[in-house]
Amino acid sequence: MEHIRTTKVEQVKLLDRFSTSNKSLTGTLYLTATHLLFIDSHQKETWILHHHIASVEKLALTTSGCPLVIQCKNFRIVHFIVPRERDCHDIYNSLLQLSKQAKYEDLYAFSYNPKQNDSEQLRGWQLIDLAEEYKRMGVPNSNWQLSDANREYKICETYPRELYVPRIASKPIIVGSSKFRSKGRFPVLSYYHQDKEAAICRCSQPLSGFSARCLEDEHLLQAISKANPVNRYMYVVDTRPKLNAMANRAAGKGYENEDNYSNIRFQFVGIENIHVMRSSLQKLLEVNGTKGLSVNDFYSGLESSGWLRHIKAVMDAAIFLAKAIMIENASVLVHCSDGWDRTSQVCSLGSLLLDSFYRTIKGFMVLIEKDWISFGHKFSERCGHLDGDPKEVSPVFTQFLECVWHLTEQFPQAFEFNEAFLLQIHEHIYSCQFGNFLGNCQKEREELKFKEKTYSLWPFLLDDQKKYLNPLYSSKSQKFAVLEPNTVSFNFKFWRNMYHQFDRTLHPRQSVFNIIMNMNEQNKQLEDDIKDLESKIKQHENKQTDGVLTRESLHSVRPESPTLKTSLCFKEQTLLPVNDALRTIEGSIPADNRYSEYAEEFSKSEPAVVSLEFGVARMTC
Amino acid sequence: MEFSELIRTGRAQAELLRGPEAPPLRGTLCVTGHHLLLSPGPQATSDLWLLLLRSVDSIEKRVAGDSGTITLRCKDLRVLQLDIEGVEATLDIARSIEALSSLESVITSFPFFYRPKGLRLGDAWHFHPPEHYYKRVARETNAWRLSEVNEDFSVCPSYPRAVIVPRAVDDDALKRSARFRQGGRFPVLSYHHAPSGTVLLRSSQPLTGPQKRRCAEDEEMLRAVLAGARPGARGFIVDTRSSQTAKQARMTGGGTEAKAAYPGWKRLHRPLERGRPLQESFVRLVEACGDLEQSMDRWLSRLEGCRWLAHVKEALSTACLAAQGMEREGACILVHGAEGTDSTLLVTSLAQLILDPLSRTMAGFQELVEREWIQAGHPFQLRCAHSAFSHARPKHEAPTFLLFLDCVWQLGRQFPLSLEFGEGLLLALFEHAYASPFGTFLCNSEKERCLCEVRTRTHSLWSGLNQPKEQRKVRNPLYVLNPLAIWPSVEPQSLRLWQGLFLRWTRPPEPSEVAWEKVWQIVTDKEKTEGSQPTVSAPEPQS
Repeated sequence: MEHIRTTKVEQVKLLDRFSTSNKSLTGTLYLTATHLLFIDSHQKETWILHHHIASVEKLALTTSGCPLVIQCKNFRIVHFIVPRERDCHDIYNSLLQLSKQAKYEDLYAFSYNPKQNDSEQLRGWQLIDLAEEYKRMGVPNSNWQLSDANREYKICETYPRELYVPRIASKPIIVGSSKFRSKGRFPVLSYYHQDKEAAICRCSQPLSGFSARCLEDEHLLQAISKANPVNRYMYVVDTRPKLNAMANRAAGKGYENEDNYSNIRFQFVGIENIHVMRSSLQKLLEVNGTKGLSVNDFYSGLESSGWLRHIKAVMDAAIFLAKAIMIENASVLVHCSDGWDRTSQVCSLGSLLLDSFYRTIKGFMVLIEKDWISFGHKFSERCGHLDGDPKEVSPVFTQFLECVWHLTEQFPQAFEFNEAFLLQIHEHIYSCQFGNFLGNCQKEREELKFKEKTYSLWPFLLDDQKKYLNPLYSSKSQKFAVLEPNTVSFNFKFWRNMYHQFDRTLHPRQSVFNIIMNMNEQNKQLEDDIKDLESKIKQHENKQTDGVLTRESLHSVRPESPTLKTSLCFKEQTLLPVNDALRTIEGSIPADNRYSEYAEEFSKSEPAVVSLEFGVARMTC
Repeated sequence: MEFSELIRTGRAQAELLRGPEAPPLRGTLCVTGHHLLLSPGPQATSDLWLLLLRSVDSIEKRVAGDSGTITLRCKDLRVLQLDIEGVEATLDIARSIEALSSLESVITSFPFFYRPKGLRLGDAWHFHPPEHYYKRVARETNAWRLSEVNEDFSVCPSYPRAVIVPRAVDDDALKRSARFRQGGRFPVLSYHHAPSGTVLLRSSQPLTGPQKRRCAEDEEMLRAVLAGARPGARGFIVDTRSSQTAKQARMTGGGTEAKAAYPGWKRLHRPLERGRPLQESFVRLVEACGDLEQSMDRWLSRLEGCRWLAHVKEALSTACLAAQGMEREGACILVHGAEGTDSTLLVTSLAQLILDPLSRTMAGFQELVEREWIQAGHPFQLRCAHSAFSHARPKHEAPTFLLFLDCVWQLGRQFPLSLEFGEGLLLALFEHAYASPFGTFLCNSEKERCLCEVRTRTHSLWSGLNQPKEQRKVRNPLYVLNPLAIWPSVEPQSLRLWQGLFLRWTRPPEPSEVAWEKVWQIVTDKEKTEGSQPTVSAPEPQS
């Protein structure tokens, strides 16, 4: 690559981010076309994907070298000290170039080759089939139908081709409504609740200004409420704070006037916009990056960042949706400004509360594919995949994942997947390694032929499914059909495993999760063995009709039983090694935990002071 | 005094509300000498409901019309509401509860009357005498002896009969050293760390006073400690007060060790919160946890403002400092604050838990609590007289022991496989420390316990907890012996509010309890499937 001037620098120091005594590891830094690689003296490798780099900063020269601080989108922060300024400068410049690409074609996904042939690649992309998903929900049906209005992306460029609308909404109504909605994003079906016959619909804000009306739009909303045979009124949820929505009226946009629409109940839920969210996360990360952070500074930082308040607001909005459908049997229409950020958050979380399918591994992929990817959440802009407007970057999807994490914490048995799954997905919305999250809408993805040129993430996650299973998941429990989370403030906790995922020393030293997972697997294996042996015994019993069971015949069962053999070595290997593997981290060393200030006290007293003390003592004796 | 004098009314019809989750209970309410009973009618399916009056922390009564409401806030942080028929009955019952729950006499307290089936008096009291621990120390080193200088509690009223001291120091020297330490708490061995050959000691502050007095025997004792440890060992004195507070203590006769007087020893100051500020921190945290309506910002600012987690962090990191001093620096550590009965014990007991795998077993932990808290003279009766709800002006109350339990819980969260006991045991210890049918946490010292004949006339909590039916509650199913030291992270991001305790009665416990049940199930399934292999091959001998 033309951007790489230096491929290898030796004697680079990697500083411990939280150490107050500047503890460091020395090693070699390599720069490849896709990754930055640091190998320390213990041969431990730290890989950093260029696309993960959010910012690179060169600090003022120090006596030991030139400091280089790299902040990543997956919340890794590394602090190198490069001995020669020249090298540091080269790396700095290369990384600046490599981490900010101007064209999609320069992203990793276009060079990433998992050695699949074309049909495998295609099958990967077909793994998630949204038409199938709408069928699962129960549409089309007598009230809802597939509309071909947007087949050529003529009405709305940021919507998918296939949209579901009320059967009684004719094409002119749809077209009329779309002209009255910001970016043409007219009300369409997001989730259909089969039992309640109620729907979650989504759109963008109406172009109502102070007084404008649109009969078609009013008709379309009426059609949605009529599509619900049980309850005639519907909720219109504007996810913005009221003040923001009102300010939009001055720009010719705004919100629905209850008087103009029949049977609607209008509601603001007050989720802040992408800019507030961006700076909130920024503040949170600043606080948490502080060395020697005190408990009080941590909590006051957590409070002033407002991050958990925002998470709670999103969650509350989703609960509002679920309640409207479950308790009042009412349909809900959700929008924000453009209907691709807050609307995606609230619709997807609402569906997740209502439908246990979305809490499975496959279902969660479908949910993301439906409410985020197909409905045009602007992944590339929000994640800063390309060198673009930094004001468009915002952690909207991260917030969604965090809300899901909070739900997994409150309902440990309701989800088929675990935290690692959420973290892995988060990793890949920024990695640009797969095509799913590239681009800002389906039309763009099709034009750029992502499906031919890149691979889909989902089959790879499914192949690795084992890693992402929640051992406590109980799929049959009716208790978890609809989740009713409690959003009292103290149920919201700081998600350490996300925002400090690379700061190993902050995490628990042993993982309950791994142990249970292994036990579960062993249980299954052993039960299979038992069944296997029992059936063999039976076979032998049947064979020997006279009922004489010779010792030899039974003995021959055991050595032959391959499952038992494997299970035994399985047991020997994993039962203890699991613990041992954990133990290598669990014991950890005190220095890891940065009681270093104390360590300093110990060492301080060592040479000079103590001997002096001894000296004084001798004199007094 | 007869309890009947204090019981104004025998019974009343009432309805009991036990928080948002549990269904209300109707029946006949009855006050007895030690309990509040609610007996549901004969047609009801549920059993008798019983509350130890001692566990009531505060009472609030309200009357309206011809009925009244009593709100009971319990020491285990539960809040109960009783709706009672009849104004007179309400007031009488409230007065009875008030009088009976605040009785101060130890020997009329419930443990002296409690005679549960299946337990024998005197059981488990003999589990953890000082001799027991000394045997272990004696196997590891010869430098220490068991002294019975305090046989009749005259040298130090808050120490047990026998203490472990340097072999080189005789009993007369101990007595002199005791006179130089507040409350007679001369330095004694708390823990011997065999791998490094160093020791952890505890004491109270030296009585240096404004004249900077010295005591040759006290100095000699610390010199003997170093001489008996690994060759060349240094010593650190961890003073749990700030250096300023320690200096100020001289004005009232206390103080801290002068550098020159104790060669080889260096002093470190690690101020830990204690006494009233600690109690207030607890009260404010519980208040914050009781408010379900507050905004996120308010909750976070109250969580910060109460400073409880900051105290957890300080306690843990001071214990880590002490443990690190022994394990990494090969130094002997003496811990003391002022009286040596609160934060001192917090530090020494936590340091052992970090270093000593044995103290992380079920039996070892019980021994640790017994040795380092109960026998070491933590004044439980004074400290746990009231919990977070009491309106009474706090005098000696402080949740030092709760802070210890919280720190242990944090260790358990960071090393979920390394403690043989689970959250259930910690919760039980919290409950029983504040109000218990068992005698274990009664009184302030061994001396008082002897006077009240606690050991012969009450049951030991340990015998109660170690019954087979309690095991599932108190054990950690995932435990595997971890022979290493467990160094916790003390960063604020790594510390969590102990929801299981502070929000125990306000959050719906169900999902996490069900999940825990599932963990048990997986573990026992495993034992079962492993155990059932032989039964499959069992037909063999028959052939």
